[in-house]
Amino acid sequence: MTFAPTRPIGPARNRFLGAVYARNSSAVMSRGLLATRSSNVAIVVSGFFEPVFYLLSMGIGLGALVGTVVTTTGQEVSYAAFIAPALLAVSAMNGAIYDSTWNVFFKMNYAKLYEGMLTTSLGPLDVALGEIALALLRGVLYALGFLIVMQSLGLNLSWTAILALPAVVLIAFGFASLGMAVTSYLTTFQQMDWINFVMLPMFLFSATFYPLSVYPEPIQWIVQALPLWHGVELIRGLTTGALSMALLGHVLYYLVMIAIGLVFTTSRLKKLFLD
Amino acid sequence: MARVSVGIVPAPVITASALTKTYKGFSAVDGISFEVAPGESFGLLGPNGAGKSTTMRMVGAVSTRTSGELAILGLDPDQYGPEIRSQLGVVPQSDNLDMELRVRDNLIVYGRYFGLPRAQVAKRADELLEFAQLADRAKSKVDDLSGGMKRRLTIARALINDPRILLLDEPTTGLDPQARHILWDRLFRLKEQGTTLVLTTHYMDEAEQLCDRLVVVDKGRIMAEGSPAALIREYSSREVLEVRFGSERNEALGEQLAGIGDRVEVLPDRVLIYSSNGEAVLERITQLGHEPITSLVRRSSLEDVFLRLTGRTLVE
Ligand SMILES: Nc1ncnc2c1ncn2[C@@H]1O[C@H](COP(=O)(O)OP(=O)(O)O)[C@@H](O)[C@H]1O
Ligand SMILES: [Mg+2]
Repeated sequence: MTFAPTRPIGPARNRFLGAVYARNSSAVMSRGLLATRSSNVAIVVSGFFEPVFYLLSMGIGLGALVGTVVTTTGQEVSYAAFIAPALLAVSAMNGAIYDSTWNVFFKMNYAKLYEGMLTTSLGPLDVALGEIALALLRGVLYALGFLIVMQSLGLNLSWTAILALPAVVLIAFGFASLGMAVTSYLTTFQQMDWINFVMLPMFLFSATFYPLSVYPEPIQWIVQALPLWHGVELIRGLTTGALSMALLGHVLYYLVMIAIGLVFTTSRLKKLFLD
Repeated sequence: MARVSVGIVPAPVITASALTKTYKGFSAVDGISFEVAPGESFGLLGPNGAGKSTTMRMVGAVSTRTSGELAILGLDPDQYGPEIRSQLGVVPQSDNLDMELRVRDNLIVYGRYFGLPRAQVAKRADELLEFAQLADRAKSKVDDLSGGMKRRLTIARALINDPRILLLDEPTTGLDPQARHILWDRLFRLKEQGTTLVLTTHYMDEAEQLCDRLVVVDKGRIMAEGSPAALIREYSSREVLEVRFGSERNEALGEQLAGIGDRVEVLPDRVLIYSSNGEAVLERITQLGHEPITSLVRRSSLEDVFLRLTGRTLVE
């Protein structure tokens, strides 16, 4: 029996990513947008308000007692202006995590959505990118709303606050990418609860509500290893106008996080649905 | 001068040779070989666990083979997965429709996964809704469809990219008889239009109705191959007499009746006697003084072929 290949179908693809990427992640993202239309508006909006409530209660309420805080770069700012950039990063994170964890878990294990997608000419990287872009979009929308709240409360202390916009895209991308990667390896609800178990302390302890310097050094190292701290420091630098080379380090951290998330999500989808 | 006419045999669209899939040392598909010609309707008939779905997933380029050769449209799925998938329509064993989208959107979104232009996909979606007799359900939620309708929608979805091969894994399992007949009618139309169909089933009537040619598979291996009629001719007699003596006595009487007809098979609930003339055999049995509780003469079917080949029935 011979296996003489007939003419190849369609244009020859880039063989390097050919098997995992069809340059069509936009189809996956459009699907997500169409499906979101039918989702519960109350749940979507509630995620946005959480950091806003923190800002109002802690920033304004607690801020009256605290007075001013000194940032890493030695600036003295009002307590509200100190926590607002941190909450902006949290807002981007929350939005990105919302879609990339529980929603992905459901689509993967119950709706068999990715199984269906991967019987078409889509590759796993298309699915990963499309789903991550969708999650990222929610993070960016939350953050955009939050940035407007900050502006109207006069908490953006420098013109460089405008750079917080691309920064929140980066942060949301990082969390969406890592969130989906982690979720793709989880198979039970109990494991999914671990995500919350990590998220809450990270939210509270990442120099969100007080400077990192309150911790003993070993604890500082742990906090500095976690992604949220880098997001908080990046945005705080931008909204308070304290630009430094350290900000580039935070950007790099997120670029690596995005890359790791994409690689792991893609290989996991490949393993699960193209075994 | 005499002219030599050369028959042009079209290249097969699927060629499998010693195709094998092993899961942790267990061979789900154990060295099967077959070819499918363009326009042909080819079936894999076998019981649960025979390896049908595993084979379909390899042919569908969503599962990599452990060993053997496989070419789909002349391409190796290990290297050309996306290209191959772009030319296939897939109806998986269990529906995986997009429950968050409405009926028509299911078709459009799926078409977009192939990178097809929106306008083209929208036009085709409307045609396919007509074909699947779901035009009046275009705006329905998928959840509100009956099982048969969901299956038809899955078939419509599989046709959105105008595939060169349609893969159907147990297209009618779990449907009521009426829904099955509607579905068979649709599939028969596709077959008439020249669509290449590859389907799996454990229903012999489905295989007889839809397949030009089939392989009987069991435990990951091919037991026989041919057209339904040829298989029946080769592995069974023309007629079968089914007699029931009650579950206690079937076994004993089966032994006594050995030698009557071409062959006797004893099942827990009945005795099957194969011959070219069932009525004549029944007469002999009565002459011998045996009184079956019920008796039935029918033509041989693929079920009998399977029983002959494996000693077991297709549907347990
Ligand atoms: N992913 C898998 N991992 C391990 N075993 C599998 C897997 N998929 C199928 N099998 C086993 O392979 C055999 C054939 O399965 P399958 O191809 O689904 O059969 P069929 O479709 O004919 O019912 C079964 O024994 C099944 O348990
Ligand atoms: Mg099966």
